[in-house]
Amino acid sequence: MTAPAPASATRELAIDAKNLTRRFGTFTAVDHITFNVGAGEVFGFLGANGAGKTTAIKILVGLIAPTEGEARVAGFDVRTQRAQIRRNIGYMSQKFSLYGDLTVRENIQLYGGIYALTDAQIRDRTKVLLDSLGLTASADDLVASLPLGWKQKLALSVALLHEPKIVFLDEPTGGVDPITRRQFWELIYAAAAGGTTVFVTTHYMDEAEYCDRISIMVDGRIAALGTPAELKKQYDATTVDDVFVRLARGAKAAE
Amino acid sequence: MNTGALRAFLIKELRHILRDRQTLTILLLMPLVQVVLFGFALRSDVRNIRVAVVDPSPDYATIALRSRFMTSTRFQVVSVTNTTDAIEPLFRRGDADVALMFEPGFGNHIVGAEPARLLLAVDASDPNTGTVIQSYARAVIASYESEVSATRGGVQITPEVRMRFNPTLESVNLFVPGLIALVLTLVSALMTAVSLSREKERGTLEVLLVSPLRPAHIIVGKVLPYLGLAFANVLTALLAAWLVFHVPFRGSVLLLLAESVIYALVSLALGVLIAANTSSQRAAMLGAMLVTMLPSTLLSGMIFPIASMPAWLSPVTVIIPARWFIVIARGIMLKGVGINYLWRESVILLVMALVLMAAAVRSFKPRLA
Repeated sequence: MTAPAPASATRELAIDAKNLTRRFGTFTAVDHITFNVGAGEVFGFLGANGAGKTTAIKILVGLIAPTEGEARVAGFDVRTQRAQIRRNIGYMSQKFSLYGDLTVRENIQLYGGIYALTDAQIRDRTKVLLDSLGLTASADDLVASLPLGWKQKLALSVALLHEPKIVFLDEPTGGVDPITRRQFWELIYAAAAGGTTVFVTTHYMDEAEYCDRISIMVDGRIAALGTPAELKKQYDATTVDDVFVRLARGAKAAE
Repeated sequence: MNTGALRAFLIKELRHILRDRQTLTILLLMPLVQVVLFGFALRSDVRNIRVAVVDPSPDYATIALRSRFMTSTRFQVVSVTNTTDAIEPLFRRGDADVALMFEPGFGNHIVGAEPARLLLAVDASDPNTGTVIQSYARAVIASYESEVSATRGGVQITPEVRMRFNPTLESVNLFVPGLIALVLTLVSALMTAVSLSREKERGTLEVLLVSPLRPAHIIVGKVLPYLGLAFANVLTALLAAWLVFHVPFRGSVLLLLAESVIYALVSLALGVLIAANTSSQRAAMLGAMLVTMLPSTLLSGMIFPIASMPAWLSPVTVIIPARWFIVIARGIMLKGVGINYLWRESVILLVMALVLMAAAVRSFKPRLA
């Protein structure tokens, strides 16, 4: 699969991966993937379970090193400049990443502190965040007591608290009801409008339609890459779901 | 170094600990309960101690001392003979717990310039009981000695002690230093392992590792609060031992606390390593039990003397941190010795702490292989 031109040639690239590969023993989880994401883009990273999405994300955020190939995130090399990458990205893992035994406010304070925001910044952004989520009344409740949808929205807002250049969301809407998913995507759009690049993996094909561009991973390779409209046209499908099913049918690792 | 990040992380850790009231209460009360339980369990059996007396040349002094044992509520004289021949079968059958053997001419030596000698042979097949018996018997002898000294002046009785079946025991108070080691291990290794593996299990660790927070920050943040807790536990254990059982404290409290910090660091690092190599809280808890608690209890000399272990096993104990800490704690508490006697053990512990801490930090570096 060849890399398509970036969304805009003049735009700075938020993520630029070339032949990125990761093997675990004889198993190749990520197999020479090449793609790029423009700054401010909402990029959907799709694939069946086991297709290699999470491994790819972990390489990009610096949790594991690539076996081969290279990638730059926010302009920094994933092999050698991980410290700089960490300061410029936000990350929401598959598992819920806030602390249930801390209050909403305490969780915000924690991540604000970790990302070296000043006390004044933390105070101001906490207020804005609580207002926009409608959580002001629950600010001093334990996070464990919030409904799942609120937790996920809060987790996203916390991942965006330090205004990262790029935010990585690994299946952020798993198990969330449709209305909350919609609100969640509003938050994603708001972040993108503010200039944050969004790199999101999802199982929900309707969500793929919300992305500027999507890639579909099959068996560690990128099988398709383009705007949702381009892919539907290319595969003569009415929905991204159809495209996905057609590509995934030939997969080895699909469940 | 991003100290703001560390501060934020430390505050979070303190909140976790303070918010979990049940666990905190258990942790704070544990040393108290352990000292009391160990203390009473150790002492409850040691009554009706059966004494076999060997008195080759009875005189006023031997008879006076024998009567001390007879009138004591703890002792019961089961046989009086004039040769040592009868002693061995008594011990073998378990009919005597201690033999009191006077040298010939004991009474003359009390009057004379030479010290009067007697031999105490104690059945120490149960080491703890043996130690207690020995100290009670010594106390009876010492009280007689000081009484005679008061009227006659300068009298010296030299009891020589043989711990039968288990020759190395020294004091009734041996268990308290061991207990401090146990409590430190429990709080440090177990709690750290559980707390870190919880972050791993819940996925929060991954988010922390992707943040600017470094593995060293995470470990310091995890370790410091528990170090404080461990400190409180040492003080509780000491206080309980002193108030309830009048265990002496002869050396420097500050030195013991400093050594406790080093030992706690060793245990904390082990806890971190255990968490790094397990994937669930349950596995981490069992791992901590297996790797730290059991060896610290069984192979450290806390309960079973290292000298009485099989020849192949005793060299193994050199890798058990508690072994060295117990030597240090016993030295400070019971013998009142300072760092000039304990530097070797201290250096060993310090090296263990540094090596394990470095390994712990490494273990949390994102997998780069």
